Amino acid sequence: MWLGLLLLIVVTAFITSGIGPLEISYKTILQLWLAPIHPAWSAGVDDTVRYIVINVRLARIVLALTVGGALALAGAVYQGVLLNPLADPFTLGVSSGAAFGASLAIIAGVGGIHLLGISALPVAAFAGALSALYLVYLLGRMDGRIHVTTLVLAGIIVSTFLSACISLLKSLNEDSVSTIVFWIMGSFAGKSWTHVLLVLPYLVLGGGVIFWYTRELDILSLGDIQAQHLGVDVQRMRLFLLLASSLLTAAAVAVSGIIGFVGLVVPHLVRLGIGPRHRRLLPAVLLLGGFLLLIADTIARSLLTTGEELPVGVVTAILGGPFFCYLLLHRKKYLQL
Amino acid sequence: MLSAAPSKEIPAALIRVGDLWCGYPGHDVLRGLSFAVRKGEFIGILGPNGSGKTTLLLALSGILPIRGGEIEVLGYPLGRLKHKERARHVAVVTQEPDVRLPFSCEEVVRMGRYPHQKRWQLDSIEDAEAVRRAMFLTDTGVLAERLITAVSGGEKQRVIMAKTLAQEGTVLLLDEATSAMDIHRKLQIFKVLEQLHVENGLTVLAVMHDVNLAAMFCERIIFLKEGCVVADGAPESVLIPEILEEVYETRVLIQEVPNIRKLQVVFMP
Repeated sequence: MWLGLLLLIVVTAFITSGIGPLEISYKTILQLWLAPIHPAWSAGVDDTVRYIVINVRLARIVLALTVGGALALAGAVYQGVLLNPLADPFTLGVSSGAAFGASLAIIAGVGGIHLLGISALPVAAFAGALSALYLVYLLGRMDGRIHVTTLVLAGIIVSTFLSACISLLKSLNEDSVSTIVFWIMGSFAGKSWTHVLLVLPYLVLGGGVIFWYTRELDILSLGDIQAQHLGVDVQRMRLFLLLASSLLTAAAVAVSGIIGFVGLVVPHLVRLGIGPRHRRLLPAVLLLGGFLLLIADTIARSLLTTGEELPVGVVTAILGGPFFCYLLLHRKKYLQL
Repeated sequence: MLSAAPSKEIPAALIRVGDLWCGYPGHDVLRGLSFAVRKGEFIGILGPNGSGKTTLLLALSGILPIRGGEIEVLGYPLGRLKHKERARHVAVVTQEPDVRLPFSCEEVVRMGRYPHQKRWQLDSIEDAEAVRRAMFLTDTGVLAERLITAVSGGEKQRVIMAKTLAQEGTVLLLDEATSAMDIHRKLQIFKVLEQLHVENGLTVLAVMHDVNLAAMFCERIIFLKEGCVVADGAPESVLIPEILEEVYETRVLIQEVPNIRKLQVVFMP
């Protein structure tokens, strides 16, 4: 099944790299794709075309796949660790926290600073993400217990507040007012391989931690006490997994802004299809998240005939909203609300 | 079926609780509790609500930190055992299990093998065999493919019981483990426990509400009240009006059931 998804992703990536304002024939694209195998095949292709296909479109496609995978994986882990079907980077306020951290870093002028080869932007986003998650956690368990809906309510409050703060920051720093939409609704416009390289290490690191704990994630669904009876160190595991998924979220938000619904919907979609075992679920979530965000981004950049782009978060919300309504209306029992 | 690692010498007392103080912030539920569990005992722990039964099991399984006194498992202080190692020796069935994701019942039973498995290892032949046996004993084979979120409360308890049997601990701790089952299933599960106890020397420590169920199966009964041991001994010696009336503050009538020579208690309103 993963192989099927992988193949689907490659085919979709191929098709979408032919979509854009400049008409490029699929023959040319195939030539460019095969160039690493046999450079002579791409001989005679115009340098501008080559640049557009490889450095503009393909970079953007890979970035959408990476960010989509990261967000969906983070969502699956939040849902599994907090045993909350409504949890995802967006509803928990983690995305907004990351965006706030990143904008703060940009305003402070440290956004472009590199320390020991590490860009400050994802680090600031990570700090913001963790602070927001901690705040939501505190608010959500005011009466000692964490309720499914209280936690999400706290997430929405923190998220709304931080979005307002981002708007405020940008308004005070007036030359970048237009980019508010980027942070709040997300976008892949003008992104390059640099951004892919910015996210990828964090995806590998966070994903590594998450895949390390697949078996424990299954057991955690029995509840904390039963998991401890089986010998799982619940406190430690929960801490590591929350850190890992917040890292994924922060890295994704640092390059693409806040994109909702991917982390919420994809895990449910996969769980309905192949069941809840994380050993199978997580790889499928990673792939499907990437695939769906690639589709959403392609729609975002090609829907308007005027050549302008929609924020990709608008597309994911329009696609994801109705699906979640369906879950709420017809699969209430599955959601266990 | 249920045995400890053969290399390890098992001391006479599997579990030793000495002057245990334990509870929740600002409120000690257990106040100076002491007793020892020898290998191969079948013990019932009884007492009114709030007497500390569940707290005792949480302390024994290492979940509640203890505030005073000590707990030793297999001769080691409880805190010194690693989580997985403790889980290989002490298996627990909790009250009101709740599974939050739609796993199949068989998948839930297989989770019981966790303490025996290495991280990247797939289910071994022993794992598969332990799961099969546990499901056979609890009669949960027919539930294997059903979703744990879609079975009844009693069925869920049987699946959780199967999961815990698959864990193959040296000691089995039960907390009201059969509360949602009908009487037929209840007796069936206790007969399985009795069988494992007799044939394999499984040690059972069961918190229960039902005095008569305890009288039927347990070889030793410990009565708790207000966090202290009130009585501890064989059913014949502790199921006497003086003790029962002190524990439950209710008048009782004790009868012997003909043929099987077990005591049964009637509480008089």
